[in-house]
Amino acid sequence: MSRAGVAGEGGAGAPRGPSGWWKGWPLLPALAFLLVLFVYPVGQLLWLSVVDRGGALTGQHYARLFASSLYVDVLLITLKISAWATAFALLGGYPVAYLLATSDARWRSRLTFWVLLPFWTSFLVRAFAWMVLLGRNGALNKLLVATGLTAAPVAVIFNLTGVLIGMTHALMPLGILTMVAVMEHIDVNLPKAAATLGARGGQTFWRIYFPLSLPGAAAAGLLVFISAVGFFIIPALLGGRRETMITQVIIEQVQDLMNWAFAGAISLLLLGAALVVFYLYDRALGMSTLASGTPALDRRGGGRENPVARLSAWVGRRLIATLGWLCDRAAAVTERLVPARPDRPARPWARGVLVTACVLILAFLALPAFFMVPVSFTTEGFIDWPPKGFSLKWYRAYLESPQWMAATIRSVGVGVVSATLAMLIGVPAAFALARREFAGKTGALALILSPLVIPRMIIAVALFYLYARVGLVGSSLGLVLGHAVLAIPFVVVTVMAVLKNYDERLDQAASSLGANRARTLYHVTLPLIRGGLVAAFLFAFVTSFDELTIALFVTGGLTTTLPKQMWDDALLKVSPTLAAVSTVLIVFVAVTISLAERLRRGAVRA
Amino acid sequence: MVALAGADLELREGEFLTLLGPSGSGKTTLLMMVAGLIQPDSGEVWIDGRLATYAPPFKRDVGMVFQNYALFPHLSVGENIAFPLRMRRLPEATIQQEVRRILEVVRLPDVGGRWPRALSGGQQQRIALARCMVYKPSIILMDEPLGALDKKLRDQMQLEIKQLHAELRITVLYVTHDQEEAMIMSDRIGLMNDGHLEQIGTPDELYFHPRTRFAAEFLGESNVLACEVVGVEASSVVVTAAGVRLRAPQDERLRDVRRVALMVRPERMAIQEAQADGPGAEPPNRLEGRLRQVIRVSGITKYYVALDDGQMIVASTLTGDAKTVATPGARVGLTWPPGAGILLPEAATTGR
Repeated sequence: MSRAGVAGEGGAGAPRGPSGWWKGWPLLPALAFLLVLFVYPVGQLLWLSVVDRGGALTGQHYARLFASSLYVDVLLITLKISAWATAFALLGGYPVAYLLATSDARWRSRLTFWVLLPFWTSFLVRAFAWMVLLGRNGALNKLLVATGLTAAPVAVIFNLTGVLIGMTHALMPLGILTMVAVMEHIDVNLPKAAATLGARGGQTFWRIYFPLSLPGAAAAGLLVFISAVGFFIIPALLGGRRETMITQVIIEQVQDLMNWAFAGAISLLLLGAALVVFYLYDRALGMSTLASGTPALDRRGGGRENPVARLSAWVGRRLIATLGWLCDRAAAVTERLVPARPDRPARPWARGVLVTACVLILAFLALPAFFMVPVSFTTEGFIDWPPKGFSLKWYRAYLESPQWMAATIRSVGVGVVSATLAMLIGVPAAFALARREFAGKTGALALILSPLVIPRMIIAVALFYLYARVGLVGSSLGLVLGHAVLAIPFVVVTVMAVLKNYDERLDQAASSLGANRARTLYHVTLPLIRGGLVAAFLFAFVTSFDELTIALFVTGGLTTTLPKQMWDDALLKVSPTLAAVSTVLIVFVAVTISLAERLRRGAVRA
Repeated sequence: MVALAGADLELREGEFLTLLGPSGSGKTTLLMMVAGLIQPDSGEVWIDGRLATYAPPFKRDVGMVFQNYALFPHLSVGENIAFPLRMRRLPEATIQQEVRRILEVVRLPDVGGRWPRALSGGQQQRIALARCMVYKPSIILMDEPLGALDKKLRDQMQLEIKQLHAELRITVLYVTHDQEEAMIMSDRIGLMNDGHLEQIGTPDELYFHPRTRFAAEFLGESNVLACEVVGVEASSVVVTAAGVRLRAPQDERLRDVRRVALMVRPERMAIQEAQADGPGAEPPNRLEGRLRQVIRVSGITKYYVALDDGQMIVASTLTGDAKTVATPGARVGLTWPPGAGILLPEAATTGR
């Protein structure tokens, strides 16, 4: 995780190289918090899966896991669905990421909004939207039948198609954002240099740009796949019985059967699958590419000794050369048919094709959520397309229901408190990680980021088990603590990114002008990064506000949160009330991210 | 926004032509248009006798060296150099042979298997050059290629590039904002200012015969005096500056102009104590002022003299020994032969 190393180099006066671990003291609250509420409970859960009631070591839970093919089948289905969804998310996301990375700053921020909007829109809202769109009487089927393309409604929901559409849609924004982060660092002069050296657009792309962007695609693939493996909302709402994924089985074991030990065993199976994927990724590309955003080029020369890697590298090179050659030939033929005129500007038709494709993909990402808007104004008591009439009665139903209101207020309250807590713990940690060198820094960063990559379901089950013993189930405190565990990595990453762009000489100037450390921090540093801090807070807030996995277990009855209330409602029936609530949420998220983006940009500019 | 207003430029084969100018003067824009990386709104680009105004870069047969070298980080040094040859679909054996040959030429025969980032800045620079030269383009474009190197390495690379240019007879269009670099390397210099070509000529022409104040002030040091023409004597013009009569060579362009600028290079000015009267057949031009500062820059001593109207004039001499002509505060005279002065249009920038 060399991100921290790079950020730390900015300080001219800071000591080089690792020194004593105590220099990282601002990290202590974060580490302590995560040890108690993340490492300990997860470890406890995994321990539980290997002991019997008496406390002796046993393999009985695992024996049961593999006794029938049931759980292995579920795991295989999970992996299969995740692999397909990852492939689609990358294929669709790559062109968009490419367009974002190669556009000028103004267009990039406009387009980024349309990626961030679905990224931050609740999975629940997006799943509802697909139910409206894909249902038997949904918008898509109405359109197909009306235009006569099909005689009867087609089945695109409650089956594999529905799950894959929903999951691709859910995961693509994450893939795009990860790929853009790498593509942004590709030197813009390299494609230009290739062009002057005689390469056409196709050759330039396949031989230069594509290989350089591969680490981004690989990192995106890893993150998307790991997220996909932990999905339960979309397979539950858009899939049928045969698309049951492994986290759904864990939920069943915990909620219906209270079988902690067996849930722990399944969790370990899930964690194991995730670790195997991490391991394979590391073997193929090197884990360092994940954090640094640059390809581990040095490894390519000497590191790849094993024949499999050499063979795949050779195949990759031949493939790239062939694709480049094919594009080249196609372009040459086109030029013969339509000769280029040196006295007239050429039409950038390739860019046109790219922009058109990206507009379609962005529409796929951003538009479905808006189908909830008209549905929320229907006069009917069920969701139908097109919605009939116009009424505000579903908004009234939402606003007048004590259950919904309590859930909303609780969600906002828990969001504010847990985001504040995450800031108090995460900001000092981010400062230490970005600006100081100390022993064990890489490990500390890895621990702080791990709640992002460990399937969330495992954390949720582990916390539930812990809370059940200390009496925190059903309490807001438990929810706040759990959400803070998930929000701290977001806060640390956001604040570290802002500090990376912060010119530390400003602090040095302030101290040379007579300000002590506290006054420098208060009068110079914090005002300059205020935008970034607010953005971090908002991201932390949205993380909590939208959180369902932990809320699924530790809330219930009167202490429900908004996502939990929506989930419970949706399991019974997707009513227009849900559409009304979803509309409110979409507006809320749109406003929040445009605010956060503006503030973040302002912080970077300063 | 207009980055480039008017710039007619013709390169001769085998020539080393430098576009020199301050940042924002349009020199890189002009270079990018020749490379085909920017499309002009109007005007034409001809390369090797063919119209290429809107031709794509890959069809132009140009080579370009970028400021940050733009070596492909995922390809070895050898593959970087082989890239243009592969694009031209040469047989593999020829490619390997050419790569070896060009690595010999840039005196880095053993680095073909290494990664670009494993090389030093100067070595990367040479590889970038080799990657261009290997396919013998009709012209090599260089965009501030030495900007990222430190002073000492830059001096060395200047000579090396110049030598390669002489040996291989390549045509080079070079961009820099460093006037010294331009003077050292170029056959001709195109001086750019504010989106147009201010003046084009050999380094000597630009130094000894600048045609505008901008040219006079951008290349080398200069003293410029605002003058009024009061008469013409034989081949020289009599002007007054600050009430003093001075003489300067006639300039045909300025025959009917009354207000002009007189430029004199510091090294053509002699400084002496105010009392001493310069003898000689032709009385030199002479101004008086007060010596403000004496500065030694290695082999050169500079005298900063404030004229009575406050304008600062600099005169420079070779540093002989620790003695100076006068001490700061003393009243001194500045003299120069009339032939050393150059009359220029008065405005700071002209040409439009």
